[in-house]
Amino acid sequence: MDVLYFAWVRERIGAPRDTLTTQAATVMDLVEELRAREDRYAAAFEDLSALRVAVDQELTDFDAPLAGAQEVAFFPPMTGG
Amino acid sequence: MTVRIQSEPFDAGAELDRFTRDASGAGAVVSFTGLVRDLDGRLQHMTIEHYPGMTERAISDLVAQAHARWDLADALVIHRFGDLGPGAQIMMVATASAHRAEAFAAADFLMDYLKSRAPFWKKEVTRDGADWVAAKDADEEALNRW
Repeated sequence: MDVLYFAWVRERIGAPRDTLTTQAATVMDLVEELRAREDRYAAAFEDLSALRVAVDQELTDFDAPLAGAQEVAFFPPMTGG
Repeated sequence: MTVRIQSEPFDAGAELDRFTRDASGAGAVVSFTGLVRDLDGRLQHMTIEHYPGMTERAISDLVAQAHARWDLADALVIHRFGDLGPGAQIMMVATASAHRAEAFAAADFLMDYLKSRAPFWKKEVTRDGADWVAAKDADEEALNRW
């Protein structure tokens, strides 16, 4: 699975993406796995209210299932326009 | 429908001329162009990051929603990414319809949703440093209008 990071999430983690194998059933399970990796991940995922998530390029919630997902992205609220 | 995500500048006047010519049977064309604010001269540049792939999907989906809600002849969205100087054109939206009310409403809807549902992130770089622009509660609340 590809895990993508954008904006300050990318900066805090220090990489734009990770490719990993996971048994995580939900986005929240994946967040817990990432938090346990290193301090920089724990820092990026400290406050989930400041984050949004997309699974296979569709916005969703942290309790969304990951079965069959190819790509998960974490980022702050969007500021387009 | 035209959706373009690009780093290079665009000519809003030429784009609008072309869009208007193609929609000449419609009756009404509304357009909006967003510019980089200069922050009273403090801004050096703005960097816009986006999520290639999702950006195009999300905007095409918004345009499809606009078409479903209003009787549009056509719609155009252009949005830039990368480094943009003060005053640069960031993005434009144009809508064409038989009547102005529908064209205005659809353009307003697209702008509200582009702000907080299209995966772009703005960073302002000034002499004092660089800061990600925070999303505003008002931008989220604006979606409730629709």
